[in-house]
Amino acid sequence: MTRRLVLFLVAFSLHGSVTADPGAISVTQTLKRDFQARGQATMDRLDQDALQRVCTRFADQPPAALAKLLEADQMKTITFPAGSLLGDWKRGEAIAQSGRGASWSDARGAAGGGSCYNCHQLSPQEASHGTLGPSLLRFGKLRGNGPEIQKYAYGKIYNAKAYNLCSQMPRLGHSGTLTEQQIKDLVALLLDAESPVNK
Amino acid sequence: MHLPVIFLFLFSLAAPGAFAQDSKKEIAKYQKMIADSSPVELFELQGEDLWKKKQGPNNVSLERCDLGLGAGVLRGAYAKLPRHFNDTGRVMDLETRLLHCMTTLQGRKPEEITRSPFGTADKPSEMELLSAYLAGLSRGAKLAPGTAHPKEKASFALGKELFFHRAGAWDFSCASCHGEAGKRIRMQDLPILSKPEFARPVMATWPAYRVSNSEMKTMQWRMNDCYRQMRYPEPRFASDATVALITYLTVNARGEPYRGPGTKR
Repeated sequence: MTRRLVLFLVAFSLHGSVTADPGAISVTQTLKRDFQARGQATMDRLDQDALQRVCTRFADQPPAALAKLLEADQMKTITFPAGSLLGDWKRGEAIAQSGRGASWSDARGAAGGGSCYNCHQLSPQEASHGTLGPSLLRFGKLRGNGPEIQKYAYGKIYNAKAYNLCSQMPRLGHSGTLTEQQIKDLVALLLDAESPVNK
Repeated sequence: MHLPVIFLFLFSLAAPGAFAQDSKKEIAKYQKMIADSSPVELFELQGEDLWKKKQGPNNVSLERCDLGLGAGVLRGAYAKLPRHFNDTGRVMDLETRLLHCMTTLQGRKPEEITRSPFGTADKPSEMELLSAYLAGLSRGAKLAPGTAHPKEKASFALGKELFFHRAGAWDFSCASCHGEAGKRIRMQDLPILSKPEFARPVMATWPAYRVSNSEMKTMQWRMNDCYRQMRYPEPRFASDATVALITYLTVNARGEPYRGPGTKR
């Protein structure tokens, strides 16, 4: 696909919902009319960014060239810390268990969780895990824990959309839900040889 | 079975490792057990008392409220909601219509009702009690929400758009969780609510009593709490957006005999 066509698709998808009724308002305008800010859940969360618009517009199946372009933009949001990205897997396990953070019922500034077990299998001891995401059991055992895989795991948790534009996984670092240290702890949960994930 | 026993059983299920390979069977057994011992009827009875209680500046009951089949006609009325009402020019679900009747008949201020439309285990809200009572009077009636009026069509269309609309701090749409077959959050199965075969059993059993927090829950609450977990701002109670989603879900379930209020985990 040519770059011009890609840009056209971006412009088209950013145009908002196309409707035959000139009196009709967009879904975003409807949401802004019918929703209210509460706690840390402020109204700006209703403004779709480029990827949210594209994923909505293309029902999570964007043209490959467009996805590539926007994934590259998402990659730029990630700052990779220098040195080892392996934190403490024990703290990581607690973060993976916690479904808190970023909602109007969570205290502003309180530590958020990763909600990981909501969707993924991790430690074999935790039987109550969701299946929306792939199983991460033995993640490090299968891949080792060198710098490349550390970087991948860190980046994926920080901003999953840099790797798969319309992934259903939240951008946990980019959205401010998790801190750099918390993400390192999750990387350790995935990659540390001592982590139950790899036992 | 006594409630404390149920709670003990619930805790034993929640314990790590309690779910064996046949956890699905265990869950089904558990669901049948909680349904057999549900206190839903108590909520229905309280709701009936509340329906007949004189309240507000006008000191009248809600007995002349028109839920769509005429003033005071309740049997089967819930199963035909949401629908368009000529007197307001809006599509309304049960709770939106109740809010309308409380303000017009009883003369109460909408803020008084919408300030805390969702109650607690100790103090169920008026909406929860009334929903239990009125939905119970539709048992056996097929779900038949309005689909003919242009505003009903528009409400369905908006609900469908909202269902697939991705926004919020975590980029979620309803379909992020309710879009793929055979998936779970933790141990909770996720119905694909855009598909009739999944929407039918769900919509036929809301409102519902939730054993895990001992509360009667309404559809407006369900929308509210999904958006909380989706990390959006809060949907306003009885707003067109919430009604549109409820319309979309109910139309997807149409034809299913209503058999609620249900009992959920």
